[in-house]
Amino acid sequence: MKHSLEVKNLHVSIDGQAILKDFNLTVPKGEVHALMGPNGTGKSTLAKVMAGHEDYTVESGEVLLDGVNILGQEPDEISHAGLFLAFQYPMEIPGVSIANFIRAAKQARLPEGEEINAIEYYKDLYAKMDALKMDRKFTARSLNEGFSGGEKKRCEILQMAMLDPKYCVMDETDSGLDIDALRIVSEGVNHMRSEHRAFLVITHYQRLLDYIVPDVVHVMFDGRIVHSGDKELAKELESKGYDWVKEAFATASA
Amino acid sequence: MSDTDLQDQAIQVDTEKGNFKYPENYEFDAGLGLNEDTIKYISDVKDDPDWVREFRLNALEVFQKKPMPTKWADKDLENIDFDKIRYYLSKGQQPARSWDEVPDDVKETFERLGIPEQERKFLAGVEAQFDSEASYSRMKEDLEKDGVIFVGSSEGLAEYSEIFKPYFGKVIPTADNKFSALNSAAFSGGSFIYVPKGVKLKQPLQAYFRINAENFGQFERTLIIADEDSEITYMEGCTAPKFETTTLHSAVVELVALKNAKIQYITVQNWSSNVFNLVTKRGMADEGAEVKWIDCNIGSRLTMKYPGVVLKGKGARGEVLSIALANEGQHQDTGAKMMHLADNTTSNIISKSISIGKGRSTYRGQVHMPKHLKDCKNNTECDALLINTNSRTDTYPAITTRGQNNTVQHEASVSKVSAEQIFYMMQRGLSEGEAMSLAVNGFVNELMKAFPMEYSVELKRLIDMEMEGSVG
Repeated sequence: MKHSLEVKNLHVSIDGQAILKDFNLTVPKGEVHALMGPNGTGKSTLAKVMAGHEDYTVESGEVLLDGVNILGQEPDEISHAGLFLAFQYPMEIPGVSIANFIRAAKQARLPEGEEINAIEYYKDLYAKMDALKMDRKFTARSLNEGFSGGEKKRCEILQMAMLDPKYCVMDETDSGLDIDALRIVSEGVNHMRSEHRAFLVITHYQRLLDYIVPDVVHVMFDGRIVHSGDKELAKELESKGYDWVKEAFATASA
Repeated sequence: MSDTDLQDQAIQVDTEKGNFKYPENYEFDAGLGLNEDTIKYISDVKDDPDWVREFRLNALEVFQKKPMPTKWADKDLENIDFDKIRYYLSKGQQPARSWDEVPDDVKETFERLGIPEQERKFLAGVEAQFDSEASYSRMKEDLEKDGVIFVGSSEGLAEYSEIFKPYFGKVIPTADNKFSALNSAAFSGGSFIYVPKGVKLKQPLQAYFRINAENFGQFERTLIIADEDSEITYMEGCTAPKFETTTLHSAVVELVALKNAKIQYITVQNWSSNVFNLVTKRGMADEGAEVKWIDCNIGSRLTMKYPGVVLKGKGARGEVLSIALANEGQHQDTGAKMMHLADNTTSNIISKSISIGKGRSTYRGQVHMPKHLKDCKNNTECDALLINTNSRTDTYPAITTRGQNNTVQHEASVSKVSAEQIFYMMQRGLSEGEAMSLAVNGFVNELMKAFPMEYSVELKRLIDMEMEGSVG
């Protein structure tokens, strides 16, 4: 069995407009890959398609989780298969507390008739909240309702830590974070790094990658990866700007 | 205490199991249709005193004269064929005081619904009504010593007429509306409760209503009198099998809270989807007294119910907290009425409705503060949640305020569960149904905190069941 998240020849469109064009990517377990690129190049589309969002039309291709194609599966099945998406814009769910939501999500993974051990659950939840420097009072607050940008992102990482996924896709987790929150969130992610887990970190800026140091950096442009390298590539991008990407790779992709 | 522990202790009337019936073998059957003979038949079977006979016949006349309220109400009311309904059915039983004495099929019905377990665990007393009559009625002994009366309405008017008669039909007069008149003519079953001065019931009393027969109308009549400084909580639940034909449930419930008394009346309405549920409920609150209605409507085809409080004495308080869930093919037309008749009275209405698919929910509110009053307050909040784009909700608040320092506050909102919210929750591993349930539970969560714990657990389970059925 392959231990990787693999995207093969993926073509995706929305309302007849092609967004991902023969996209290919392999993220093996144990590695952190960064996906960078200018706005509107298809990064968030990729994240949502992998999570099973129904608004997009998959024209062809595969997304393989440990060798099994997840395209066409329901979002909850994909979640159970081990893929977690940290949202760029987490949704507000009024009246549903963080504690109850995460508990329901964990409960949904158990076989029928089996119940979560409430004491163990809260122990685990509090420990992870402490690590993310979240006030324990947060457990009773409605999910994401009235949260600041930073609070929402911390709450995403808390959910990611609690659900223990094999593959973590993080969509612009750094947007809306001040420097302290960025550090705390990154520590949370670094703590989760292991040989049993892979990360795909989607970001616009190099800043996040100072804290979450990637093994591989991919540059995406116009629906596909146009260049890959090590962590130094992110710095090069930062200094040269995305115009450099457009100039250097626009012709190649045309 | 964990939720699981609480769930184990909570009432567990499994309403999903409500869809079964036993063969009909009735000793007394008033037959189809409603006329003077029907009413006289009921009076004869029940051995009514003369004043009740007259009361019924007068009510029949009022019922026949009053038009259907279809000018403002759902046209579906026209589909009730009063000539094709049976108005009285019973096995001629006296309410038994122990389960052993209850007829076997009736006993099995209530055992399948989990009534005896509930009684043991959690309740101060139970009355179980099967079609027209109470088949079982029992109360804990210490309450009897305190002078609490908890019997069926027939027994109430026969044995305790000196307390019963002065209040019967006073909070809700016969002519209040067409269906209160119908109930006044054909009433049978329901509870009569009297709580003496200063007695505070720690556990709730409960009544359970079961319709077993097709083409049947259940017209229970409940009167609760809480004497000065007393307190009582009363809970009612109901089920019926899923018949093909129309069934009618038209109850009248009158509450009387004397000086400084408190009455809390809780309803979980889960009739099957062919039942017309047309109920009149009203409480009267004397000086310093409090009447609180907690009213949840999950089942029925059409429900029309607007629990009210007449705030008659200074400082009286009235409250209606309601949740309505209208699924495909259902119309929950619910609301509240607050009549301020004395100074310094306060009322609070919180209504939450959920419409699923083509389900329709309507809120109708009436708050009345005449100009000679001062320092009265009302707060009204009604929030609607729409699950699908073709779901429907309407709000008709009617608030009249005059007088000095009287304040009213009204807020209304309509929200939707968005596809993105569902996607977000499903990404975390919840199925579509679970995600919907969670969103709906979140919507009613704040309000349910005001409910007794046992009751919110039961309600949450019913909502989950409805939502599961509504997806896919």
